[in-house]
Amino acid sequence: MSPALVVFLVIGTIAVASSILVVAMRNPVHSALFLLLTFLCVAILFVMKGAEFVGAVQVLVYAGGIMVLFLFVVMLINVRHLPDERVLSNFWKGGLLVGLAVFLLFFTMVRPGVFHDPAASDQALRTTYTYRHRKVIQPNGTVVRKLIRRGKVVGNSEAVGMALYTDYLVPFEVASLFLLVAMIGAIVIGKRELSAIEEENIPSYMLERSETEHEVKEAMSA
Amino acid sequence: MLEAVPTTEAYLMLSGTLFAIGLVGVIIRRNMITVLMAVELMMNAVNINLVAFSHRFASLEGQIFTIFIITVAAGEAAVGLAIIIQLYRLKSTINVDEARELNG
Repeated sequence: MSPALVVFLVIGTIAVASSILVVAMRNPVHSALFLLLTFLCVAILFVMKGAEFVGAVQVLVYAGGIMVLFLFVVMLINVRHLPDERVLSNFWKGGLLVGLAVFLLFFTMVRPGVFHDPAASDQALRTTYTYRHRKVIQPNGTVVRKLIRRGKVVGNSEAVGMALYTDYLVPFEVASLFLLVAMIGAIVIGKRELSAIEEENIPSYMLERSETEHEVKEAMSA
Repeated sequence: MLEAVPTTEAYLMLSGTLFAIGLVGVIIRRNMITVLMAVELMMNAVNINLVAFSHRFASLEGQIFTIFIITVAAGEAAVGLAIIIQLYRLKSTINVDEARELNG
């Protein structure tokens, strides 16, 4: 057993166990912390496959950003925990069945030896390419401009950054636009109805609405 | 440089397991926050697949896709949590079985 395999087995076991606990825990704060553990294990797995930059992004964005967002929302809406409240949905048997079916499907599709692994060469994951036109004189005398590609071994971060800013520039900009739209959407959806200054001059329809709500509550309690 | 002893199949099996667990969580849980966490778990399983194949085929495209998936997951988490907050303000519950009316 090589050290890499031992690391993979340990980290994979921790990832699977903590992801089961994410689903199984009653308290959402516990679920969020086990999800954090899963994300860190997955980041280690990324680094083992030669994706150092993606592993760093995983730790920064998932473990740093998204988990803080989840914990913030859990703290914000502090749900009362009734001890006899049911955790599972009505159709949990069907859900377990579907999960088992998907699991068996993946395991029958991915048997060992399906993909014949070549010798490990993660050098291509750390290479940036520069393109250059060069005039080449053909044997019959004509001059042809040829595109020469030259690879240079740097680091994984530099290679990913080079690919993002050259070949994938348009998706990169679309992703920035997407993040802007998601931010505006989250702010608009999550904002409160009225601020303190607006409370003083409430429009009439708001007063009517609160009056109807009051009447409905009285009618229901009576 | 690590040798390729944890093979691509091992990574695919691990990611399939994580995906199945996330799918079970999405279906059987009633707490909406936990359902969103299970969705993030499934996205992570897909990312493991992409990185494993990126290493297998010695190509950077898988890692680029993974970065874009992480971006989309961040936006999805932000909007989903905003919707959860608004649902809690409206119905004072985050149970997915309770939210079944189309008119707020």
